[in-house]
Amino acid sequence: MEKRVVFSKLGLPILLVAPQIVITLVFFIWPASQALYQSLLLEDAFGLRSQFVWLDNFIALFSDPHYLDSFARTVVFSAATAGLSLGVALFLAAMADRVLKGATAYRTLIVWPYAVAPAVAGVLWFFMFNPSIGVLAYLLKWLGYDWNHYLDGTDAMMLVILAASWKQVSYNFLFFLAGLQAIPRSLVEAAAIDGARPFKRFWTIIFPLLSPTAFFLLVVNIVYAFFDTFGIVHATTSGGPAQSTTILVYKVFSDGFIGLDLGGSAAQSVVLMAVVITLTVFQFRYIERKVAY
Amino acid sequence: MVENRPWLTVFSHVVLCLGVLVTALPIWIAFVASTHPADSMLSGRTPLLPGGHMIENYATVLGSGVRAAGSIPVGTMLWNSFVMALMIAVGKIAISIIAAYAIVYFRFPLRRTCFWVIFITLMLPVEVRILPTFGVVASLGMLNSYWGLSVPLIASATATFLFRQFFLTVPEELAEAARIDGAGPFKFFRDILLPLSRTNIAALFVILFIFGWNQYLWPLLVTTDEGYYTIVMGIQRMLQAEDAEPAWHEIMATSMLAMLPPVLVVVFMQRLFVKGLIEQEK
Repeated sequence: MEKRVVFSKLGLPILLVAPQIVITLVFFIWPASQALYQSLLLEDAFGLRSQFVWLDNFIALFSDPHYLDSFARTVVFSAATAGLSLGVALFLAAMADRVLKGATAYRTLIVWPYAVAPAVAGVLWFFMFNPSIGVLAYLLKWLGYDWNHYLDGTDAMMLVILAASWKQVSYNFLFFLAGLQAIPRSLVEAAAIDGARPFKRFWTIIFPLLSPTAFFLLVVNIVYAFFDTFGIVHATTSGGPAQSTTILVYKVFSDGFIGLDLGGSAAQSVVLMAVVITLTVFQFRYIERKVAY
Repeated sequence: MVENRPWLTVFSHVVLCLGVLVTALPIWIAFVASTHPADSMLSGRTPLLPGGHMIENYATVLGSGVRAAGSIPVGTMLWNSFVMALMIAVGKIAISIIAAYAIVYFRFPLRRTCFWVIFITLMLPVEVRILPTFGVVASLGMLNSYWGLSVPLIASATATFLFRQFFLTVPEELAEAARIDGAGPFKFFRDILLPLSRTNIAALFVILFIFGWNQYLWPLLVTTDEGYYTIVMGIQRMLQAEDAEPAWHEIMATSMLAMLPPVLVVVFMQRLFVKGLIEQEK
């Protein structure tokens, strides 16, 4: 879509886009191209000499069992976080869509964790599960499970998944509720008159109509789990115990900033960029389809 | 609805109440912990009801900070977070609205290219270009400053697209009429487009303020001077205190303070918040 009426000046529009473009070039495009370039270099420990090694860094990366482990862990973490938060949010939204009284009040009370920073959400759950003083750890002990996320990798992973999902439910709930409320009542009522029970109506009518929302949310949740959860991991488990919660973003950070492995960290950045680009393209394909309806 | 299923309605309410409880649980526990003295944490189990040390604990963290974490007063961190969030939100809106204005209402060479350059930022979150971005900011001498905290995060494809989308729906007649009446591009922008965009700006501001407030990785990288710590990353410093068991009552008080401003924004500006969130994803 284009405007017919436009202003015909030359200097002014350039001046107007300049701030955005300059910031984008300096802080986005340039660093990203640096990462691309460095991912092809091998630097010595003092940063004095560097050597062009083509794809050696990538080959090293993908033959490093630690990296592959971290990759697998990230996939498990993302799938669990997305699955848990989408499932809970859909269930709650379907219930909120049913009740006529108090739907707005419920929305307010469920939506606010969106505002909580991932790092803070992590700290809150970390505290509740603290093996010596946490309320939930105490409850689990009473039930016969000895929770300790300082020593047990599975416990630590469950902790970060719970914290990440808790925060994300609010966002998913909001979109699911909006999607559910946009479904024409007449369709659901027609099915009810034909004798379909609520459960059947949900799976045969409501859920298929909701699937574009669900798909969109799936992509958003995977992006969230891949990138925005850095704070949760860094503030609580620091990737441990024994690397069991080292997800990819955390590994880029720790290899680059603490391990000072420039080439390796840059190669990891490039791999992550490829992941974001794929997901973004996915998301935009979906939006195009929605427009075409 | 054409049918009446009282039990299902009761069930829905029960499920929703459970959802609300689980949502609120961490906050309740944090609040309770923040009102107790240090020794009741160490006795083995967190209490479930508030204690009497609320004012003391909050006064301590706000005024003098947590001892083990270098005693930066949380008041300072709150101020830093506030300045950073405000600069990010205002900055993003300002540069996006003028960029969108240029792209929609002007024809100039490289217009498409500009559009794509802005689009690419969507694909490059800070997390994937940590080291080189840090390098750029360091060489510009922007470490440990409010500029360093905010400017690198200011470019925004989503905000630019949102304004572009909105400008495209503004009737052509307005621009035509403005031109006939002799209004130049500045006057048109100030007197017509800006007032029309008011709700969009407000909705976007709510979302971006929360986004800015909750930044974690970036402040962690660019601040080494404690005077510039923001509250969300400051909590982590308190947890990693070397020598002792973390001072949970003070950490929880700080967490409560870190959550309060963005949560209040969401609860009290819910209409704008929902609008902003849903429009941003279009």
